[in-house]
Parts: sequence; structure tokens; C-alpha cells
Amino acid sequence: MSVGSPQVARRQPSRRSAELLLLGCAWSLGVLSTLQVGWATGEGTPSRLWVTVGVVGALALVMHLVVRLKARYADPVLLPVATLLTILGLVMIYRIDVASAQRAERNSAPQPTPDVYAQLTWFAIAVVLFVAVLILVNDHRRLQRYTYSFGLLGLILLVLPLAPIIGTTVNGATLWVRIGGFSFQPAEAAKILLTLFFAGYLVVKRDSLALVRSKFLGLGFPQIRDLGPLIIAWVVSLGVLVFERDLGTSLLFFGLFITMLYIATQRRSWLILGSIFFTIGALLAYQFFEHVRNRVSVWLDPWSYADTSGYQIVQSLYGFANGGIMGAGLGQGFPNFVPFANTDFIVAAIGEELGLTGMFALLLLYAVLIERGLRTAVSVRDSFGQLLAAGLSITLALQVFVIVGGVTRLIPLTGLTTPFLSYGGSSLVANWVIVALLLRISDRARRPEIYQIDADDALTQVVRRL
Amino acid sequence: MSELALTLVRLAFLGLLWLFVLLTIFVLRRDLRQPAETRPTGRPRQPKAPKPAKVARQAKVRGTKLVVTEGPLTGTVIPLNTAQVTIGRAPDSTVVIEDDYASSRHARVYPSEGAWLVEDLGSTNGTWINRTRITTPTVLPVGVPLRVGRTTLQLQR
Repeated sequence: MSVGSPQVARRQPSRRSAELLLLGCAWSLGVLSTLQVGWATGEGTPSRLWVTVGVVGALALVMHLVVRLKARYADPVLLPVATLLTILGLVMIYRIDVASAQRAERNSAPQPTPDVYAQLTWFAIAVVLFVAVLILVNDHRRLQRYTYSFGLLGLILLVLPLAPIIGTTVNGATLWVRIGGFSFQPAEAAKILLTLFFAGYLVVKRDSLALVRSKFLGLGFPQIRDLGPLIIAWVVSLGVLVFERDLGTSLLFFGLFITMLYIATQRRSWLILGSIFFTIGALLAYQFFEHVRNRVSVWLDPWSYADTSGYQIVQSLYGFANGGIMGAGLGQGFPNFVPFANTDFIVAAIGEELGLTGMFALLLLYAVLIERGLRTAVSVRDSFGQLLAAGLSITLALQVFVIVGGVTRLIPLTGLTTPFLSYGGSSLVANWVIVALLLRISDRARRPEIYQIDADDALTQVVRRL
Repeated sequence: MSELALTLVRLAFLGLLWLFVLLTIFVLRRDLRQPAETRPTGRPRQPKAPKPAKVARQAKVRGTKLVVTEGPLTGTVIPLNTAQVTIGRAPDSTVVIEDDYASSRHARVYPSEGAWLVEDLGSTNGTWINRTRITTPTVLPVGVPLRVGRTTLQLQR
């Protein structure tokens, strides 16, 4: 330990070297798996392999350096885990590209454009935003000032796909916005903005929301007028479901709001009220909407619809079965039998080629990511940071649950992207912004910053000029 | 590439994936032990000299009670143990002060790493240690006035 190093550095190591080591491992895993795809599919070493892995490595290194400079004490595993998930996603997208190209060749159809380079570009954009968030947001508490602006902006983004010219409907769900040749899903950005809004709003309002006015069945229930925000959240998520036909986003927002309400007030009655509202909403949606009914019947009995609306889920289940315990091996399965294998069903492709063993590793990676986020929430000192970190982790957790649950037929299938893995720019960028915010909060939580006022010094201190 | 080699590569990849997961957990495990392990390293090593328990306790929690020295509650003593003490006008605060200059949730005093820390909970008129308005959790030294509204408190041994 050098003499000049500050006292604080000795007490709390920053763990940045551990982070670098893990990043290196993640990168090597990426290289190995890419080579494996090449060997197994008979494509040989991919043509642009070294450029691609070089770019990915450089991006990871840039993020590491920025964290080193700007969030020195941040959690050491958040970045490597998210990077590995992104890399696995890239490898899987590349693998599905190869499969599509080979199929096109067999059918002597024109070669499809590979998606992996587009995804790589999005990763680069995500890194730019990641760096921007870490540099611009020096202290997460400053975000609390813009609570209502974030809320308004989030709502606008949520309804933006309904706007006449720019809104676009893809596969029945109106959740795209197309401006020029550039399209994105505003709901992905809205998810972060609304988490920021919920955190700021609940910090201020939680006292009145935690007040118990009436007791019923041993649980305290809030008074009627405090139900306002809950009802608004419910109506908004139903609105998303009705007008944008997006089951996943609707579920995500309502779940996020209820969980954050529960964390802020520590009242179980909110969870119960939330479940009641959820049940009412679900029953209403089932009654009135064909597409919801359809999803549920496919969920209950996909085999009757194996050739039509259940084709995707049935193929995905066959994929998992083919994978078995140890998996078919990268490049040795048939992932593109499932339509949308590289977006909604990328988990099915991974389940087939890496098997149960790989799936468990993958889910553990998500678990570690979410646990670190919640740990940050527990250890940060300010209430806004606590709620924000918890909310962001819950967003990730809900997404993973909803999509992995849907693909494995645990719950009805809803179209959400798998965080970091799925092909899709908006989702990748948004999830990396979440990681940046979590790193920023965890830096604050772990920084050994106890500001000491010296007793003698303070007595004679002149009022500080600002 | 032969079937055998492919199988080996396949299993190796799964093994390495799990190795990464285990490595992550290893890093986390070291992380959990951090505070207990690294605190004494600042001092020169004294391998076989067990510290007297009394000294250790004194170093651990400085100050055992919070005394109100000014304001309507003058003379009130709040014993400190391990729980945090909240100060404000809200009826569920530990120290409820009837004072127009205090906010309903004004400040909290809590133990951390062997000291008592004061944090302002977004009060209107601020929490002051001596003549310094605090913005971040700040160590409250023994015997130094802590001002909340028109009430002054002091940490005593």
C-alpha cells in the first residue's frame, strides 16, 4: 500500500480488479462460444470474428474504465454479469443468423441479413448511454428533483405508439414508434422514467399511504382516498393492454407499482389490494379481449393449437426437450424452428443448445444481478436511492419472470424481451441504463463516505459561502 | 471436427459458464466478509495481544445517551442502544418535538461502524451540528450540540 493513498481507500477496497477479471472471463466465454458455433455448424471460423470480439472487448473495457473513474466503489459483479448476458445474447443471435442463412441456402432463397451486427451496433449505443448516465448523473439523489417531469415524460412515451403517424403496429401489438427509418419501443424508456417517478413520488407520499385507517382480517387497510394512485396505475396498465394490446408491458407496470408501494410502505395490505385489482383486471381482459382469451387457451392446452397460434410455444417446448440436461451443444440444435427465435424466444434457443445446466447458470446470473440490485437498495442510506434501486431490480426481475415463465409455459405467454439477451435495440439500451443507474447508486452505498466535522474546528467555522 | 471433440467442447463450455457463476459468487462472498476483515488492517499488526473487551466496546459505540439541552423537552434523556432514533413532529418519532421550526420527519440518529451518525431527512429548516448544516450522514461527536428546529440535543457518554 503506497503512502500517499487516502485513508478511505485502505478501509474499503474498490474491488475494481475483481470486476476486470470477471469481465475478462465473460469475454473469453464469448470468444469460445462463438468459435464453438462456427465449428459445430460447419461454418468454420466466422469471417469477422476477431473484429467482432475486438469491438465487444473494447466496449467492455470502456465501461470498466468509466466505472473505475466515475463510480469507483460500485458493485464489482453488476457490470460483468450484465456483459456476459449481453455477450451470450450476441452469440445466440449469431447462431440463429447462421441457422437462417443455412436454411435459406437449402431452400435456395435469398440470404437474410444477419441480425448480429445490428445488435452489436445497439450494444455500442447502449455503452454510450451507459457512459453518459455515469458521467451526467453524479449523484442519484439529484434525479429526485425531476420526479414529476419524469412521470409526465414516461406517460407520454407510454402512449406515443398510439400517435397517428409515427405509431406502428407490429404483429398485433402497437408498441413501436417509427421516425424516419429509425424505430424504437418507447415503453422501454418509459419503464425507467416511471420507476424514477414512482421512487420520487413514494418517498414523499409514503407516510400517508402507510397510514392505517381500518382493520380487516388482521390487516390494516388504507383509507379510500389514498387508493387514488393505485387506481390510476391500474387504469394506465389496463389502457396499455386495451389500446396497445401489449400484455407484457401492462403486467410489468402494474407489478412494478405494487411492489414499490409495498417496499415503500411495508404494508402487506397493498399487496392484497393489488392482487384483487389484478384479478379484476385479468378477468375483465379475459372477458372482453379475444387476444387475451387466445393466449390463455394456448397456455392451458398448446397441443390443440400446435399448427396455429400454439406453434411457437409447442416448438419451444420441443426445443427444451431436445436440449435435455446437458443441451444439444451450441450450433447443434434447431433453434430457428421457433418463430422469433432471437427476440421473444431466445431463452428457448438457449435452453435447447445449453440444456437445463445452461439454463440454470443463466437464471443464476439473473438472480445474482437482481440480488446485487436489491442489496444496493438495502445498503444505500437515502430513501429515494433505496426505492429507485429496488424498483430497477424489480423491473429486471419481473421481465425475466414474465418472459421465461411464458416461454416455459408456467404462465401465459406475453411478449416481453429477455433483458440483455433478446435481439432488440430499445430493450438492450434501456437495460444498460438500468445497470448504469444501479452502479451509480451502489457506488454511493458502498463509498466509505462519513463526513467528519471536527468538534474544535466547527465551533470556529465561518459560515460557508455557497 | 469430430463428434468427440464437439462433445468435449460443449461440456467444457457449460463447465466454464458455471465457473463464471461460481467466480461471481466467490467475489460476492469476499465482499460480504469485507467490513469485518479489513477494518483492523489500518493499524500495525498485533498478533497475540487480545484487546480488552472494555476498550473494544468503547471503540464500538461512542456515546450512550442523547440529552435534550435546549427547547421544550429540556432535560429529556434518550438512551441509545442499537436502534436508530428519529426526531420530528410526527407522532411515531422516537423524539416527538412540538415545534413549528421542525419538520414532521426531521432527522435520524443511527449507529454505523462504531459511531452515531445524523442524517437529515429532507427537513425544511435543516439539521445542524454546531453551526454546520448537514447534507450527508455525518458523525455526531460526543458533546457537540445537534440542532433540530428550536431543540438542541447532545450526545453524552
